[in-house]
Amino acid sequence: MTEPLLEVAALKKTFPLRGGLFGTVRGQVTAVEDVSFAVARGEAFGLAGESGSGKSTIARMVVGLTAPSGGAIRFEGRDLAPSGSSQERRAIQMVFQNPGSSLNPRRSIGQSIAVPLEARGLTRAEVERRVARLLDLVQLPASFRVRYPHELSGGQKQRVAIARALAAEPKLLVLDEPTSALDVSVQAKIIELLIDLGRSLGLAYIFISHDLSLMRNFVARVGVLYLGRLIEAGAVRRLFEASAHPYTRSLLASVPVISEAEAAVRPREPILEGEIPSPANLPRGCAFHTRCPHAFAPCAEQFPEARQLDVDHFARCHLLTRADKPARGAHEQFEQGSAR
Amino acid sequence: MSSESLLSVRSLRVDFSTYGRLSHVLSDVSLEVPARRHVALVGESGCGKSVTMKAIMGLLAEPPARIVDGEIRFDGRDLLRLKAREREALRGTAMSMVFQDPMSSLNPVFTIGDQMETILKYADRRLGRARDRKGRRDRVREVLAQVRMPDPDRIAKSYPIMLSGGMRQRVLIAMALLSEPRLLIADEPGTALDVTTQAQILKLLHDLVAERHLALLMITHNLGVVRESADFVYVMYAGAVVERGPAAEIFARARHPYTRALIDCVPKLSGDTTFKGIDGSLPDYAAPPPGCRFAPRCPIAIAVCNRAPGESRVGPDHGAACWRAEETRA
Repeated sequence: MTEPLLEVAALKKTFPLRGGLFGTVRGQVTAVEDVSFAVARGEAFGLAGESGSGKSTIARMVVGLTAPSGGAIRFEGRDLAPSGSSQERRAIQMVFQNPGSSLNPRRSIGQSIAVPLEARGLTRAEVERRVARLLDLVQLPASFRVRYPHELSGGQKQRVAIARALAAEPKLLVLDEPTSALDVSVQAKIIELLIDLGRSLGLAYIFISHDLSLMRNFVARVGVLYLGRLIEAGAVRRLFEASAHPYTRSLLASVPVISEAEAAVRPREPILEGEIPSPANLPRGCAFHTRCPHAFAPCAEQFPEARQLDVDHFARCHLLTRADKPARGAHEQFEQGSAR
Repeated sequence: MSSESLLSVRSLRVDFSTYGRLSHVLSDVSLEVPARRHVALVGESGCGKSVTMKAIMGLLAEPPARIVDGEIRFDGRDLLRLKAREREALRGTAMSMVFQDPMSSLNPVFTIGDQMETILKYADRRLGRARDRKGRRDRVREVLAQVRMPDPDRIAKSYPIMLSGGMRQRVLIAMALLSEPRLLIADEPGTALDVTTQAQILKLLHDLVAERHLALLMITHNLGVVRESADFVYVMYAGAVVERGPAAEIFARARHPYTRALIDCVPKLSGDTTFKGIDGSLPDYAAPPPGCRFAPRCPIAIAVCNRAPGESRVGPDHGAACWRAEETRA
C-alpha cells in the first residue's frame, strides 16, 4: 500500500466516570484502547462489533467530533489535530444511523443539502447547480429539492443525508450503521448506491456495523472490535472463510440467513450468551473470556498478543498460541470443540 | 388447518381517510395462526403489516381507519362483533403484544417492577381475578425468569435506562406474558438490536412457543430472521397477502417474484457478492395500480398483470397471488 489516506495509530479514548451529588470524577472508562488501522484511497474499510464495542467512538474521533485521549489520526500524512482547520475536516464527512433525526424537519431537502455549500461562500446559482447534481448522484428526482423530510421514506432520507455529506466533496465518508434503521430491501439499494459512488467519485469509506454479513458485499477489509480493542482484522474474504477469533465467529454465526446452504457456511459456534460487559468494569485478561465458549486459564489473566495469520490478517486470542497447535488450524480446532 | 386455528383473519379490508383522500390500505388479508404455532408475516415498511396487527389487537384508531369488510376470529369468536368491553378483556390477556421499540414503550420514571405490577393489576381487574400485592410481585419475578433474565429481583428494581437494549426487549416480552396469553404478536422483535442479541431474542421467542404452548405471530421485514423458527410464512405486499406457505416451502420454492426479491435482499455469506435490492417503491394507496399491485416493480410483469391475480395453488398449503406462479422457476 502506498501512503494511506487515513492512518489511525494506537488510538485511545477514555471518558471520566462521574458520580455523586456534585459529579466528581470517580474513575475512568476506557472506550477505545490501542486501535490501529489504515484506509487507502478509494478503499472501503469495515468496523464491526456490538453496541458498546467503541465503534461509534472511533468514528466520532475520526471525523473530529470527539478528541482522542491518546494515539494519532493522520489524514494524507498529516496529523489531524482535534482543532484542525475546517478545510482539513471537510475531507472527512459522516453519515449517521438515523436519517429521521439527522435532517432538520423545518428545512426543505434542497436547503439541507445547501447548508455545507453556503458555508463555503458559493454563489446562489452555484449552490443551486450543485444541489441538483447531488440529488442526481444519490438517484433522487430533482423535484425532491422542495420536499420536506416527513414526505420522504427512510431510504430516501438516508440518500439525502449522503448527498449532504457529499456536498463537502469529501475523500472519506464515515458511515455509522447507515442502513440499520431501514428495511432489507432498501438497505440493499443504499449499499448499491454507496458502492457506485465509491467507484465514480473515488471515495474511501469507513463502514460501521454490527452485521458482518453486510460487510462482505461492501468492504475490502474489516476490523472486529470488542470492548474497545481490535481483536481481529483482515481482508473480508479471510474473515469469512477463516475467521480465527471466537468472537468474530460468533458474530458470523448469529447472522440470519435464508437457506440451509448458507447456514452451513456459518461457523459452528453457539449463540453468545449474555451481553457485552460494561466498559466501566472491564474483565481482566482477554475481555471476551467472560462470554467465550472456548476460554481457558490464560484468558482471564493476560490480554493476548496479536498473532499474524496471513498477510493483512491478525487476531488476538490465546487459542491461537495454545500448546503447539499451528495458528492456521485454530479454527478447525474450534469446530471440533463445538461439535463435541 | 383453518378449522382449529386460534386466530383467523379472513378477507380483511381496511380503508383510511386522511385529508379527504381515501386509501385502500388493506385490500385482502387472510391469515391463520393455529395454536402452538409460530407464524411470520413478512413485508416492507408500509405494506400494511402493522395495520393488520393493530386490527387484530383492536388498536386501530377509527377514524381515520375503517374496517370495511372481513372477519377476525379468535378462539372461535368474531372479534369485530364483540362489545368494546369484551374486546378490552381479551387485549393484553388472551392475546398480547410485544412492541418494537423497547425505549419508547417503557416509562422512564418507573421501575420495571412497578410498571409490570401496574399492568398486571389492571389485567386482573379486567378479568375479575383476585391477586394481592405480593401475588403480583411474585408473578412479575416469575415472568422475568421465564424470559431468562439473570437476576429478576434486580431487574424489577431497575429503571429502563439502566438496562441494555436486549434486556429491555426481554422486559417487553415478559410484560406480554404476564397474563399467560395464548397468542403473542411480536412486531419486529430484535430488529433494533445487535445481531448477537437479536439471535438471543429470536431463540427466546422460539423456546416460549414450545415451552409455554403459545401461538406466535411475528411481524418482520427480514425473511432471514424467520427461516430458522417460523412454521408458516405469509408475505405481504401493498395491503395484500401475495404468498403463503410452510416456511420450508417458501425458502425452497418461492413462487411470487416479490418473495424472491425479498429473499435476494438478505446478504449472503457465500457465493457472489452482488447485492440486490428492490427497485421502486410501494404504490400510492389512494390510487394503486389497477391489477397486481407489484406489477410496476416486477421484473417479470406481462400484459395480463393489469388484472388482479387470484391465488394459484402451487403446492400443499402453498399459494401465490401471481399470474406466473405456475410457470417453472426461472
